[in-house]
Amino acid sequence: MTSNTLPRPAVPAVQVSPVSQRRVLRSEWIKLRSLRSTALTLLAAVVAMIALGMLVGWATNAHWASMRPEERAGFNPIDRSLAGVNLAQLAIGVLGVLLITGEYATGMVRATFAAVPRRLPVLWAKAGLYAVVTFVLMLVSAFLAFLVGQHFLASHGTTLSAPHAWRAIVGVAVYLTLVGVLAVAFGFLIRSTAGGIATLFGLLLVLPGIGQLLPSSWQVHTLPYLPSNAGSSIFSAHPDPTALSAGTGLLVLCIWVVVALAAAAVVLKRRDA
Amino acid sequence: MIQARRLTKRYGEKVAVDDLTFDVQPGMVTGFLGPNGAGKSTTMRMITGLDAPTSGSVTVDGKPYAELVKPMQAVGALLEARAVHTSRSAYNHLRALAATHGISRSRVDDVIDMVGLQEVARKRAGGFSLGMGQRLGIASALLADPRTLILDEPVNGLDPEGIRWIRDLLKELAAEGRTVFVSSHLMSEMALTAEHVIVIGRGRLMADMAMTDLIAQASTNVVTVRSPQAAELAAALAGPDVSVATEQPGLLEVTGLTAPQIGEHARRLGLVLHELTPRQASLEEAFMEMTRDQVEYHAHSAADAGPATTDSDVSSRSLA
Ligand SMILES: Nc1ncnc2c1ncn2[C@@H]1O[C@H](COP(=O)(O)OP(=O)(O)OP(=O)(O)O)[C@@H](O)[C@H]1O
Ligand SMILES: [Mg+2]
Repeated sequence: MTSNTLPRPAVPAVQVSPVSQRRVLRSEWIKLRSLRSTALTLLAAVVAMIALGMLVGWATNAHWASMRPEERAGFNPIDRSLAGVNLAQLAIGVLGVLLITGEYATGMVRATFAAVPRRLPVLWAKAGLYAVVTFVLMLVSAFLAFLVGQHFLASHGTTLSAPHAWRAIVGVAVYLTLVGVLAVAFGFLIRSTAGGIATLFGLLLVLPGIGQLLPSSWQVHTLPYLPSNAGSSIFSAHPDPTALSAGTGLLVLCIWVVVALAAAAVVLKRRDA
Repeated sequence: MIQARRLTKRYGEKVAVDDLTFDVQPGMVTGFLGPNGAGKSTTMRMITGLDAPTSGSVTVDGKPYAELVKPMQAVGALLEARAVHTSRSAYNHLRALAATHGISRSRVDDVIDMVGLQEVARKRAGGFSLGMGQRLGIASALLADPRTLILDEPVNGLDPEGIRWIRDLLKELAAEGRTVFVSSHLMSEMALTAEHVIVIGRGRLMADMAMTDLIAQASTNVVTVRSPQAAELAAALAGPDVSVATEQPGLLEVTGLTAPQIGEHARRLGLVLHELTPRQASLEEAFMEMTRDQVEYHAHSAADAGPATTDSDVSSRSLA
């Protein structure tokens, strides 16, 4: 212990600053950009949005003559061009879960939480960054999908000045963003990739199907409030009559996301890393 | 400086760490020894705030880890399992960790140079060999130039050159006045590196002392005696605190007497000695001795005697 008092060698001191939310955001930004799988999955979501808008538009136009009258009655050019949202949500959901569970699976979380022992800044940074990235990419994709879709729908298409056109485009981006944040929360809650993805899509895709088995008097009070149904009422230009209004749908989905995030925060603080 | 006070961790029924109280002092390397499942890794995870103690507390520089403003500057940790995303490059991994503390890129380059990973820094960490992975772990531990280093089995998987490198590095860091706390399974390695040692068994503190004291205390002081009149000598030496084992004709292993005492006995009886060798227990033996009853997982009963001991040791113990 006498060596305690020895003079320190003349190496330049390392400049170290306190951990802050801003620095954690920077760190998470580096992490987000430095995985190739992240970029590829986001690309898949973009391609799904745009390519499906194009394909569905083209197919509808090509088969217009053979469409049954009730099909034509249900047809809405805006919703058609944004059909890719269903596929894009798979990519966005899986990636959101993986951003977290990938760290648990590889042991990276231990490095992350040793650097940020308060932990919550990591949750906010990951959710926030993923939300921004998803919103920007999906807004652009939905906009392009709309334009390409209308182009291929040709005479059956519409324009950006049509009622609900902008709400649908922005609504798709908002919905996918909230799905992304929900996925991040599930990643923190469940920690395993398979479990997280299964739970997320169980809630988004399977539960509405199971809900169909309920007595119809119950369905009207439950099904519209499920996250995927509440979500589609945000962007649907031609929603089915039982759906919530766009505003209520947004509110309901936001409540789902906030509850999931709050649960993730509590679990993250309490459980051993 | 690490201070554990009545530190306890339970996983369900299982008590992994049981009422540990110890200090790890700066300016030297402190070894952390214990058989498999003793609770070393659990203790280290609690120090770095990854696992919460069931009761008791542990602080670094007087503060619980989670309350440190610059945790990486207070503690650099290399924990047992790899803590790296396998698909990210070593460089980006370090850059991401550095960013949480506003540490510059040039420091990232410096630590990469220090651990000798320049060649592979841009490659996926998942493809690293065990040794390269350890080096990357040490690079992240050193990033913020920490006052305390906690390393869980750092020599695991390293080649002799790598082991030597770690040993020198740890001593150098301790000489600079840092607190260095290292767990290891290689007792012989600890003997070369650590000045002080904390031994645990089944989560409980077994010893907290200078390395030299540990060896001296647990030493059974076996003396090897070779004599053409071994049988006579054995009979003369026998006593309540003395055990004599005969391994082969003419060779005795005496426990409970010092070499000079045996020599004097022999002279008094006029017996001829061909060899009189005191054998100090190695750290391995000292450690086995101490934790004999605390071993979590017994391979088979012979394992109690430890790998470094000979058959004669086993027989002398059973005689004692
Ligand atoms: N997360 C956990 N859940 C349940 N039990 C655990 C957990 N972590 C450790 N244990 C148990 O606690 C005990 C101590 O484990 P720990 O890993 O701390 O020992 P160790 O001294 O590091 O062992 P080794 O030398 O093998 O690395 C073991 O019996 C282990 O099975
Ligand atoms: Mg261990």
